[in-house]
Amino acid sequence: MSENSIEKLPTYLEIPAIKKDSMAGNGPFKASVEVQNELGFPGEKVENWQQVAIDKMAETKSKYRSVQVFLDACVKCGACTDKCHYYLGTADPKNMPVARQDLFRSVYRRHFTFAGKYFPKLVGAKELDEAMLDDWYNYFHQCSQCRRCAVFCPYGIDTAEISMAAREVMNVIGVGQKYPNQILGKINKIGNNLGMPEPALRDTLEDLEEEIKEETGVAVKLPLDIKDSEVLMVTPSADFFAEPHIDGLIGYAKVFHQSGVSWTLSSYASEAANFGMFIGNYDVMRQGALRIRKAALDLNVKRVIVGECGHAWRVAYSFWNTLTGLGSGGNDEYSKKLQQQLDSNYPQPQHIIEFTYDLIQQDKLLFDKSKNDHRVVTFHDSCNVARGSNMGDIKNGQFILPREVIKAACNNFSDMPKGTIKASTFCCGGGGGLLTDDLIELRIKGAKPRMHALKQSEERNGVNTLAAICAICKSQFSKVLPNYEFDPYMIVSVHQLVSDAIILSDNSENSNNKAL
Amino acid sequence: MSLTSIFFTFFFYISVLIFITGVSYKIVQYWQTPAPLKIPIAPAPLNRSGVLMRIAREVFLFQSLFKASKWTWIFGWSFHFALVLLFFRHLVYFWPGEIPTILLKTEPLKYAAYPLIFGLLGLLGRRFFVDRVRYISAPSDYLMLLLLIVIGGSGMLMTFAQNHPNMLLVKNFAEGLITFNWSELPSELLFLAHIFLVFLLIAIFPISKLLHAPGIFFSPTLNQVDNARKKRHISQWAKNKESHKKIDLEQNSDEDK
Repeated sequence: MSENSIEKLPTYLEIPAIKKDSMAGNGPFKASVEVQNELGFPGEKVENWQQVAIDKMAETKSKYRSVQVFLDACVKCGACTDKCHYYLGTADPKNMPVARQDLFRSVYRRHFTFAGKYFPKLVGAKELDEAMLDDWYNYFHQCSQCRRCAVFCPYGIDTAEISMAAREVMNVIGVGQKYPNQILGKINKIGNNLGMPEPALRDTLEDLEEEIKEETGVAVKLPLDIKDSEVLMVTPSADFFAEPHIDGLIGYAKVFHQSGVSWTLSSYASEAANFGMFIGNYDVMRQGALRIRKAALDLNVKRVIVGECGHAWRVAYSFWNTLTGLGSGGNDEYSKKLQQQLDSNYPQPQHIIEFTYDLIQQDKLLFDKSKNDHRVVTFHDSCNVARGSNMGDIKNGQFILPREVIKAACNNFSDMPKGTIKASTFCCGGGGGLLTDDLIELRIKGAKPRMHALKQSEERNGVNTLAAICAICKSQFSKVLPNYEFDPYMIVSVHQLVSDAIILSDNSENSNNKAL
Repeated sequence: MSLTSIFFTFFFYISVLIFITGVSYKIVQYWQTPAPLKIPIAPAPLNRSGVLMRIAREVFLFQSLFKASKWTWIFGWSFHFALVLLFFRHLVYFWPGEIPTILLKTEPLKYAAYPLIFGLLGLLGRRFFVDRVRYISAPSDYLMLLLLIVIGGSGMLMTFAQNHPNMLLVKNFAEGLITFNWSELPSELLFLAHIFLVFLLIAIFPISKLLHAPGIFFSPTLNQVDNARKKRHISQWAKNKESHKKIDLEQNSDEDK
């Protein structure tokens, strides 16, 4: 399975000729009976699975306009065929967005359209049989739901919507993927993807405080469960233990320390990530979001801020208001209560980048940029932030703000080539529930277009640091960078750059975490 | 009336009936299907007028396709643009009663047939020669292009190769379809082939990929405003989930009833 040979990079990224079945296989590990049942899905493939699946397709397309319209509108123009990093990296034609969708669309046509019912061969309509289901499982788990294809589609057809719908159908018939479903079980029970209980989290944060104190001499706090704090900080749990994520967490803490704004983490909602999106299940996604609403209300905070995590920010920015009423404009009971409690001077929720950026704009943070002079930094736009969210409520703010924060902390910044950044950014290769070792070959190959752009930046501008604001990107890059002859430690959090350059003042009044 | 004329007259009405019912059905379906989540795709407009501009750029200029593939854009755009011009060129035949001057000046639009055929041949060529596009093409994808090519080709043969059918008959027949004052149609084979395929195209519109035309206006990635934090966006079925809860704000809990 594992392929650790180093990929040789051509000087320009070639669009490969199709290589049929080059990624054929059984797909990632399947979820066990217990894991499936935990989420309310059948533990094993149900007996009349075909009928259940068709019924679920009917339901999904009646509840999601995206699915219904996207299944009808595609004209097979081919605009998307060379846009997916998994196609570019593997050459398997079923990794072309349209071909991936067609696995689902051909069944839709067979069962739901006139042409497909009476002239299946003519329009490429197919039955949902064992072989098709195997293809679904294999290839809908080779999509990181990064939405790059949708940027180039003349009708905005978003393969992520289809892949979410397909995963939802598969879960409903009892064919689930182990990695995301197992994690979702943990978040529902314990509050984070790691299954890290409150005492362990508390210990970790205390250790970090000591570490910062030792290194800087300043008592920077990482408060947990402090009621009446100004800010509830919700961050991906990887920030609590993984490298390089943890240095980003230290960065947030330092920014809060300097800002004088009191803040707290929550042990109940100690996870910003929400894998419910990956499996396309509204209820599971909502469950995760409701934990955060509950924490915000229980801790009586004024603001909710989200840490560096790509899909978490998409869920928070685009979906939280829908799922929980956390935002403006709602008029149900919870929305009204939240609007009463939360500070309407700020958008709710906010991204930590927005928070830091605002402070920089107000000259409230001082930097010694020379601390980052050994670095030439480039920024990897994480797909969910880039294509599914905004920052600062200005057009393209999600591209502008992170770069401005980096430039405030670093002297040397250089973007990767046009067409590989911003709205057209290439996925890291590990998003959408694919960040698991059983998919390592796919992850390495899928990283190729991003690695290629990075190689160009290294050659032309001497880039030696890759900054990102997504926990999945950071983990994925740490793992795959060596496969492309890069230093695995070149991937950093944006707030690590902030952390390294920020000038801390030892003014204890500054950190007015009064409850401490 | 000859059997051919009767057949074509019937075929026209049946096609138009299928078109109107079929497309209305799909539009109502799209309209009534909720979009439960905010999923605009970058670069996403932050307000309503931005969305209108975006849809206009997609419909008139094929902006995303331009970003994606210049060749497909050139072929696709010239075909569609020419098709619109040729539609206006044909209005004169169907116009009942006195013809507005503007329609009498549409003759030069006939040259749009060249970019039309150019675009269609290009699109067909891509299906044959680009391995990725060949892979995703079903027989219907080729046939649709062939259908359009034959329609365009037969029209060009009549217009540019001195094969004009009796234009008075054409005019009477076409106008008669609109005014329910049916009359004989010319019997030239080219002409019959031309209108047969056009009527066929109209009929298959709602059951084929031609649904991309209404579809583009309903695509949530394109038509949504990126303002999720400012305005609560919620579908009825999602709202129903909330109303089935017993909410206790004091205790901050919402249990299933």
